Order: sequence, then structure tokens, then C-alpha cells
Amino acid sequence: MAPPAQSQRSPSPSQPSGKSEVSDLKSQLRQLAGSRAPGVDDSKRDLFKKVISYMTIGIDVSALFGEMVMCSATSDIVLKKMCYLYVGNYAKVNPDLALLTINFLQKDCQDQDPMIRGLALRSLCSLRVANLVEYLVGPLGLGLKDSNSYVRMVAVIGVLKLYHISASTCIDADFPVILKNLMITDSDTQVVANCLSALQEIWSAEASTSEEASREREGLLSKPIVYFLLNKIREFNEWAQCLVLELAAKYVPSDNNDIFDIMNLLEDRLQHANGAVVLATIKVFLHLTLSMTDVHQQVYERIKAPLLTLVSSGSPEQSYAVLSHLHLLVMRAPFIFSSDYKHFYCQYNEPSYVKKLKLEMLTAVANESNTYEIVTELCEYAANVDIPIARESIRAVGKIALQQYDVNAIVDRLLQFLEMEKDYVTAEALVLVKDLLRKYPQWSHDCIAVVGNISSKNVQEPKAKAALIWMLGEYSQDMQDAPYILEGLIESWDEEHSAEVRLHLLTAVMKCFFKRPPETQKALGAALAAGLADFHQDVHDRALFYYRLLQHNVSVAERVVNPPKQAVSVFADTQSSEIKDRIFDEFNSLSVVYQKPSYMFTDKEHRGPFEFSEELGNLSIAGESADNVVSAQRVEANDKDLLLSTSEKEEAKISTGNDSAYSAPMYDASSVLVTASQTLMEPAISNPTLPGQATQAILAIDDLLGLGIPAAPAPPPPPPQLKLHTRAVLDPATFQQKWRQLPVALSQEYSLSPQGIAALTAPQALLRHMQGHSIQCIASGGQSPNFKFFFFAQKAEEPSNYLVECIINSSSAKAQMKIKADDQSTSQAFSDIFQSALSKFGVP
Amino acid sequence: MISQFFVLSQRGDNIVFRDYRGEMQQKGSAEIFFRKVKFWKDDGEGDAPPVFNVDGVNYFHVKVAGLLFVATTRVNVSPSLVLELLQRIARVIKDYLGVLNEESLRKNFVLVYELLDEVIDFGYVQTTSTEILKSYVFNEPIIIDAARIPNLGPAAIFMQGTKMPGTAVTKSVVANEPGGRKREEIFVDIIEKLSVTFSSSGYILTSEIDGTIQMKSFLTGNPEIRLALNEDLSIGREGRSIYDYRSSSGSGPVILDDCNFHESVQLDNFEVDRTLTLVPPDGEFSVMNYRITQEFKPPFRINALIEEAGPLKAEVILKVHAEFLSSISANTVLVQMPLPTYTTRVSFELEPGAVGNTTDFKESNKRLEWGLEKIVGGSVHTLRAKLTFSQEPHGNITKEAGPVSMTFTIPMYNVSRLQVKYLLMARKSDGHKAYRWVRYVTQANSYVARL
Repeated sequence: MAPPAQSQRSPSPSQPSGKSEVSDLKSQLRQLAGSRAPGVDDSKRDLFKKVISYMTIGIDVSALFGEMVMCSATSDIVLKKMCYLYVGNYAKVNPDLALLTINFLQKDCQDQDPMIRGLALRSLCSLRVANLVEYLVGPLGLGLKDSNSYVRMVAVIGVLKLYHISASTCIDADFPVILKNLMITDSDTQVVANCLSALQEIWSAEASTSEEASREREGLLSKPIVYFLLNKIREFNEWAQCLVLELAAKYVPSDNNDIFDIMNLLEDRLQHANGAVVLATIKVFLHLTLSMTDVHQQVYERIKAPLLTLVSSGSPEQSYAVLSHLHLLVMRAPFIFSSDYKHFYCQYNEPSYVKKLKLEMLTAVANESNTYEIVTELCEYAANVDIPIARESIRAVGKIALQQYDVNAIVDRLLQFLEMEKDYVTAEALVLVKDLLRKYPQWSHDCIAVVGNISSKNVQEPKAKAALIWMLGEYSQDMQDAPYILEGLIESWDEEHSAEVRLHLLTAVMKCFFKRPPETQKALGAALAAGLADFHQDVHDRALFYYRLLQHNVSVAERVVNPPKQAVSVFADTQSSEIKDRIFDEFNSLSVVYQKPSYMFTDKEHRGPFEFSEELGNLSIAGESADNVVSAQRVEANDKDLLLSTSEKEEAKISTGNDSAYSAPMYDASSVLVTASQTLMEPAISNPTLPGQATQAILAIDDLLGLGIPAAPAPPPPPPQLKLHTRAVLDPATFQQKWRQLPVALSQEYSLSPQGIAALTAPQALLRHMQGHSIQCIASGGQSPNFKFFFFAQKAEEPSNYLVECIINSSSAKAQMKIKADDQSTSQAFSDIFQSALSKFGVP
Repeated sequence: MISQFFVLSQRGDNIVFRDYRGEMQQKGSAEIFFRKVKFWKDDGEGDAPPVFNVDGVNYFHVKVAGLLFVATTRVNVSPSLVLELLQRIARVIKDYLGVLNEESLRKNFVLVYELLDEVIDFGYVQTTSTEILKSYVFNEPIIIDAARIPNLGPAAIFMQGTKMPGTAVTKSVVANEPGGRKREEIFVDIIEKLSVTFSSSGYILTSEIDGTIQMKSFLTGNPEIRLALNEDLSIGREGRSIYDYRSSSGSGPVILDDCNFHESVQLDNFEVDRTLTLVPPDGEFSVMNYRITQEFKPPFRINALIEEAGPLKAEVILKVHAEFLSSISANTVLVQMPLPTYTTRVSFELEPGAVGNTTDFKESNKRLEWGLEKIVGGSVHTLRAKLTFSQEPHGNITKEAGPVSMTFTIPMYNVSRLQVKYLLMARKSDGHKAYRWVRYVTQANSYVARL
């Protein structure tokens, strides 16, 4: 019987109609409860269905709890299931009534029929009532030993449920240990898979408080376990395969044979029709080969076809999930995909979230050989009925123009956009032409001719208007009407709502004035007057500034406002490479879809098993702010190196000798900058071992600031016994791995000097200071008075690492340090160096 | 790890709601989700993406048969896994109910809860195999009358113009038929979706075939099946650029760019004689998905023309050439074309004697629509439309209109020439003959001609 149609449309629980129906049901259930009449089960089924349909649409039927339990004494399994569902839903809010169900559930747990045993056990564990946990332990223990795999499967998840109700009961009953044994002995693969899920969750939660749990969690990643699971991967169902593959992606192989064994074993998983299996396999491949550039590139070639097939088969939603991952790979290694550009063409009926990804991919893969076709295709989209996509397409053309050397044809296209006379097309194109001129001033002649024809009245969007005004100011000598157009715009100053436009107007009219004084003088006066009276602080201030500057000295003013400009070579990248690498580390997760690392959208306990979240996740990565400045160098890096982690290639230039196979250098380029600025500020510290590239980078920046080449200062006095590598490198992933694996070698507390505390107002200073002592910071965070830092250092002569967690409380002036070391015998020596370095912090 | 699963109707009503982990506000999430999806468009962002995050909760959804299948979680899970799972849950429910729509779901919600309990436990996927679920699930499906429901989705394509039993795709895998014992039969559908873009001069810019071999088995006793494909089938286009139009169409080997297989498929003989061996599980599944960019002859050629015809007037001429055998016909053809936004009126002129044609001007999105019930192979159809504008077109009118897009279904036709040569059933002597149905169909995915 279907639920009554009326109540479906009024799902609000406050509806009075719900109430009378509930009391109706109550009396009907009462009548049936004791009845043994034939056919009574059918009537019960109908009533139960009604109850559950109310429950679904949100009507509170918890008042029926007693009656439902009374009616549940039946052998009808369908009835039992409905009752279990009901009980599971309401037990938490009715803990007292839940006690009523314990009896019959416990009895059912010993039923002859394994189906009933399993169902009862599942329901028993789903009650979520803390004071009933004592009743769970017995049945769970029996369930784990049950001869039937269905019951064991349910029992394993039951253990996890118990853990969430009462962790201590679960641990005290030794259930994790039982699961661990079950995982490697049970014949049923779903039981094994459930053990793995449950143990991952339990041990990850326990790891923060228990060293043992943290070791156990590491144990899941040990070679025997990973190999045991991988070897029988074909026996698992597809979902459990994903689970095992996810585990394998975290496994650290012992050598190259290990890597190839795993890859050969998993090769056929790439042909699986389930996209989740394929992506999980790809993650394993990508992570295993990170240290082997050429194999890593082969992996990209290998996974291209399966990914493209997944994108084009399946529902649009599935295809989107895969496309997001393809997008990530294309952005990392565009040259590998440059011949596949046609796959990234948009189809007219695709949702805009798919089109957006594709446009970005088209932009990324454009190179000398395919640019013409890609730009032609993008121009088609510019006339698209979907206006946001049309805009994105025009921006994409602009981006391609800015990344190409031969922009001839593209400039023509952009200028054609201006002639299309669609407002939004004109607006986008104007912004692009402005950027283009900043990079390629040689095109000014062609562009100005077209821009000059645009009536400023047709341009309404602030960004576009600002761009137009900028061009009017910048090229006023070439544009006949420039002073008069500007004058017109100034006359309608009060109608201009955007402060950005008004600011640009001020600057443009100044520039114009220096080029064509007699024609502009009047307009300038009007602009300055309007600006001084402007309510917007920035506009007011700029007008005042110009006014005083002109008063002071006109030629100085010209040098300030209209100096000769250098063409911009590269525009800043919006996303830092650390962030990109982190997203790559989190391949096959939501991070890829959101294009954000998990710490930006998830709280720490939900980042999944094995995340290093509790230590590193919510701390900001050192030197992030310095990113924009370095990006120019980064973009110029050789394209072919893009397969390496984005920041890695920066490092590759700095560090030449990187001997340990799995500590692929990923430490960020910002270190170059930090070193550079450090050299400027603290000339006492320097690194005599800098190879060529880095020195150049420093020189470039020094030069930029006009400070010349610093004299090579004396190296710091060598510390006793232990010598640290001055340019140690360690990527965050390896750091996390090691931090989990190594025991704490030393744990110490140290008092900071008052000067040190004072200097700590800028935590960045500490990072630079420690770096001067060959101790690198990998992550830092916190706010006064609590700061947290993770440092690392390496021995000068061998790749032996020291890892430090340092928590500084600036109000108590105490630093707590935990030191972990590959070579534990030297950890005291290292601690001495660390403390001596720390003691010098803030001391001039 | 999934926290909640629910199914919403188009109006946002909960049809089923299952909370697996009790870690979120129960009532809130469905409402938050629905509001977000509904208003996504209003914020000028187009359709809501299948995955989004609101206050730390991740919402996943897929649309199936006009229903929203949703999962929530706080954990940073694999999006592909959850979306795949949602699709699979929809498929399992369809296997059970025969027809998946709001009505069948409402009638069978208790059965659906039963399924959901077995598919996911405490957020972890246990199984999505209809075969395995059969032994855990006890409710009998209440089958709704398939004839009463409107034909929706790809299932509908088999209902028209073929001698095939139309009930197949809407038949429940588990329900017993009124006659008592079940009919032994197996359906194999080769469905190909075409994406073609023609340039304004009629030249093919891009073309792709996305094919799938779907199977739905109603066989008892799980016999092993051998499915033979073209012997000269080859996979991978090593060393050649992906878009290579040198090979001639009409003959020669079928070359797949790539393909993938269902997990039940044994590929031991595939390299040797292109046969797939499998024990088909109950229910509907894709045996194989494939992708082809090899050149093929598109079933339709489209000529589209728009030109100004005096002040505030223009004329559109659309011509569709059906370039396949006259024994085959396409149905449910729809040709669409966006017109300049300042178009106010359109008058249509069909060829004399045209039957089964509908023409329409959709005022709201300024779109011309031309529907043709049936197109017989070899024929040419023409539509003329006279447009009236409210303002002078600025610049090039071809930039203000188009592109022309087309949707169609062609039963018993496939462009790739991929074939199921034979379908063998290894089975012990059994009095009853099993029926084997192999069917081909070609559909438009994105079939576009630019102006």
C-alpha cells in the first residue's frame, strides 16, 4: 500500500494531520500486537510500511516505539527488517525504550538462520545508545567467530559502530586485534575488506593518543599486508578493490623491483569499467613512479586512453569526476596531451562546469602546432548562447595569446571580437587587449586603431571601462580623440559608480596631460577637482597626491606617473605550486574536483585515513606568501620538466646531488627567495655551496633592488661533531611518511630568551634564522601565544634526516621539541645544534 | 565513507532517506542540498556540479529518471567512487523494480530501504551486485504497469518500429512473471553515441563514437556465455595521431581507440579470436565500453544557411540529408537552431507533402525547433523559415545565430561496424530454449553543424 498522497506533500512534522494519523496507527498496532490470527502478518506489513513512509518524509513516529517492538515478535523476515529500520532510527532519541528491543535483538542474534543473526546484530550495533554497549560485546564476539560470512561481515562493521559509541569498550574487548587476525585469515573477501576499513578508521582515531595505534596504523602499510591484499585483488569486489588500491598508493616501496611488481600486477585494472577502480589504480602508478621521471612520463602516456574512455562513457556526473582528474594531469604536463586537444573541445550540450574545465585544458595544451585550430574553435564559443562560457572562451584566447610567442593571428581574432558588437564580448576583449599591450607593446598600433573606434558609451562593465581608459591614457599620443573622450568621461564623473574606473580615469588624464598638455589641461583640472571631492578614500587620496605632485614639480610628476615601461614578461600564477603539489598528492579525492587541498575544505578528522592532517594539515606552508615574486622564474622553467612536481623542478636547479631514491626533492622555490632576502638582511650567513642557478636567482633579485652583488661572507662556524647539509631537501610527503614511522628520539623543553620571544612577533624571521643554521622549516602555523613549527635537517655527508616538531609558547617563553632521527645515535648532537641555533634567535 | 543517502523527487520531496552514520543533522541536509541545487542557476553559474561542499559537508548527486540520487559525507573521499556508486544504486533499484521512476520508487520504498541496508553498512559499500543482493532481500517488488509510464530515456528507443519485445528493458530481474516460470532470455544491445561537428563548409571537424555493449540477462543457472566480436577488430592507434582521417570509410578493420570491460568478463581469448567470455550476473550491466575516433560516414549531412532578406528580415534554410540505406529509418529526430536574440517572429515553410513534421519558435530562448517523426534512409528534408527582427543586425548575422544541432535515434544501425558475430551459451541439456536478442542502435550525442 502506498503512503497517503496528501502527507507526502506536507512533510512538515508540525502538521496536525500527522498527529492524528500517528495516534490512529498506534491503536491499530496495539490491536495486532497480541493477535495470532492468520493473515495478521500481512496487516502488520501494511501498518509498518505506513510508519516507515511517515518516518521518511519527516513525521515523528517515535511515539509508536513500544507498539512497534511489541509487534516485532514474528518470524516474518520482511516485518523484522522494517522493525529493525524503525528501531535504528529512533533508538538514539529514546534510549529508555531502546532497552526494550535489546531482548528480542539478542535472541535473534542466536537464531538458526544466519540471515536473522546478521540482521539482528547489525540492528543491535546501530542503536547508538551509550548505556547499552555492555549488551553488544558478547554478540559481537560471537558474530566475529560465526561460521557464516554474512554474519562476520556484519560483525566487523559492528565493531566499528561500537568504537564510535564507546571507544574504550571496543579497545578493552581487544576487538581491533581480532579484526587484525581476521583480516589476514578470513576466507571471505568482504570480511577482509571490512576489517581493513574498520581498522583504518579505529587506528587513525587512536593514533593521536596512542603510540601503539599509530604503529599499528603504519603496520597496515607494511609490505606483507599490502602484498597480501594486492595479490588477491581480483577476488575483491570493485568497491573493496578501491579500498586496497587506496592503501597501496600510500605504500612506500623498498626498491624499483617492488615498484614494477606492483605495476605489472595492477596493469589490467586500468581496463576496468568502474572509473573509481581506474582512478585508484592511476594514483598508485603516479605515486610509485614519482622518483623515476621517465617511467612517470610513460605512466601518463599509458593512462591517457583509459581516462578519455571513461570521460566519454558513463553518465555526465561520472564523466565530470574523471575529467577533473584529467584536468589536473593536463595542467601538470600539458605537452603530453598537446596532440589530444580535440578531446577537450566543448560539446554544445555539456553542462558549464564541464565546459569550464575543458576551456582551461585547451588553454594549457596550446602550443605552436595546434594554436591556430584551438583559437579557431574558441572563437566559435565566443558566440555561444551561454554567456558565461562565451566570456571564458574569450579569456582563454587571451591567455593563449599571452603564453605564445607568435601572437599575430590571435591579435587579429581579438580585434574581431571587438567588432562583434556584443557588449560582453567587447568588455572581455578590451580587458584582454589591455593585458596583451602590456606584454607586447609592439602591437599598440593595430590595437589602438580598433579600440579607438569603440564608443565608451557601449562599455559599461567596470573592468572593461578601466581597461579602455588605461589604453586612452597610455596611448593618448596615438589616439586622436583621447583627450576629448576622457573629458567626456570626466563630465559624467558623478554617474560613475566604480571607484576602480575613477582611479583609472585620474591616472589616464594625468598621462594624457603630459603628452598633450594644451588639449588636456581643462579635463585634468576638472578631474582633480572631482577627485578631491570624491567620497571614496582612495580616489580622494590619489587626486590629492597628483595635485601636490604637480604643484611640486611637473617633470617629477611625469616621471612618477608616466615613466617609460618595460613589457611585462609573465603574469603571476594564481595558485602556488605547493598547493598544486598537495592536490596532486591527494589524487582521487575531492581535492581534485574542488581544486583545493583538503585542509581548505575539510576539518582534520575527516581527511580520511593516513592523512598527516593532525600534524601538518592546518598549518600554513612556509614561505607561501613569497610565491608571486618567484613565479616569473618558475614559468620560464623548461616545459619538459613539468612532469616533476611543479616545485620540484625549481629545486632541481638548486640541489644537484639527491641520492636517496624516495626523497624526491620537493622543497619549494620560495627557499630561493628566503635565502635571497636573508642574504640581504643578514650578510653574516650564507651558503658557500650554492650551485650556479640559485646564485643567479639571488643576483637577479639583488639586482632588482639595485643593491649590487653582495660580498661573499664567511660561513658560520662548523658545529661540533655533527655537520648539517646546508641545502637539505625533503618533500612534505616524505616528511610526513618519516614523521609517522620514526619514534621520538628526544623530547625536550627549552626556555627562550626574551629577545627571541620579541623577535617571534614575525614567525617568518625564525624560519630564516633557523635556515641560516642549516635547519629548514617545512611547515609552520599558529597564532600568538602558541606557535608550531616543523623543521628538518640532513647530515652533510649522508642522507640521514632529523625531523623536529617545535611548539613555542611565547607567553611562557618555553619551546617544546620532539626530535625524530634516521640515525638515533646522533639525535643528542643534533638537539644541541638546534638549541644553540634557537638560543641565538633574536640576539643581534 | 558515506554519511547519508537519499532520493529526492524533482520537487525536492524525500522519497527515501537513509542515515548511515548519524553524524549530521538529519532533516537539514536534504533541504540544504535541494535549495543549493535549485538556486545554483540563479546565481549565474549554470547547473550545479555533481559535487559541492556546503559548510564542510560534501554533497554528491546524479540525476536518474528525473530523480536526484544524493550522498553526503564530511570525509575527503574519491568523488568518482561515490558518483559511480550512486549510479549503481539506481541501476540495482531498476533491476528490482523493472521501471525506475518516482511512482515505482514510492510504491516500493520498503524494498528500497532493504536494498540500501545491504548495499551500504555504516557508510562502507558492501555490494552492488543484484545477483548477491537477491539472497539478502526479501520484499517482492510491486511492479507498476510499464505501458502507463511515458517513455523516458534510452529504454524508450526500443519501443518503436522494431519487432523486439518492448517489455524487456522494463522487466524486473527478480519478479516472477504472471505465467509462473520466467522466460529464459538474454538481451545484448550495442548502443553507439555519435559526436560530430561539421564546419560551416560541411567538413568534419571532429567525430567520435562512444559505444557500449549492454547486457541484461534473465537466464537461470548462470550459464557461461561467449560473445564474438569482429575478428579484425583492433585496439589502440599506436603511433598515429588520434585524429587521422586517411583510412577510408565503409570497409577495413574496426579500430577502437580504447575500451574497458565489466569485471565479469574474461579476456583470455580476446587477443586470439576477439571473443569475450563471461558469466553474466543478474541485472543490467555494460559488458564493454569503447571509443572510436576512426573516420566513419556520418548518418546525416546538414546544410544550414541564414541570410538577410531585406530590412529587419532574414531567411533560414535547413537541409538534412539521410545518408544511410533506405531499409533503415531514423526516428524522433529534432533539429534545433538558436536564432538572433532580436528575432520577434518566425514563419515556417515545409516542403509540400511533408508528414510528421513539427515546427516551433521557442520565444523564451529564441530557438528554432524542427521535429521529424521519421526519416527514411536516402531522403532529403528541407525547412525554410522567415525571420522578423526588432532591430537591424549588427555586423555578421551568422555570428548571431546557430550552431544547428540535431538529435536522433536510428535503430538497427551502427556506424562503427562493430558487430556481435555470435553469442554462444554453454549449458547443460535443458529442455527450454533461451532467447537471445542482439540489437543495434545509434544515437546523437552532440551532432552539430556550424554556420
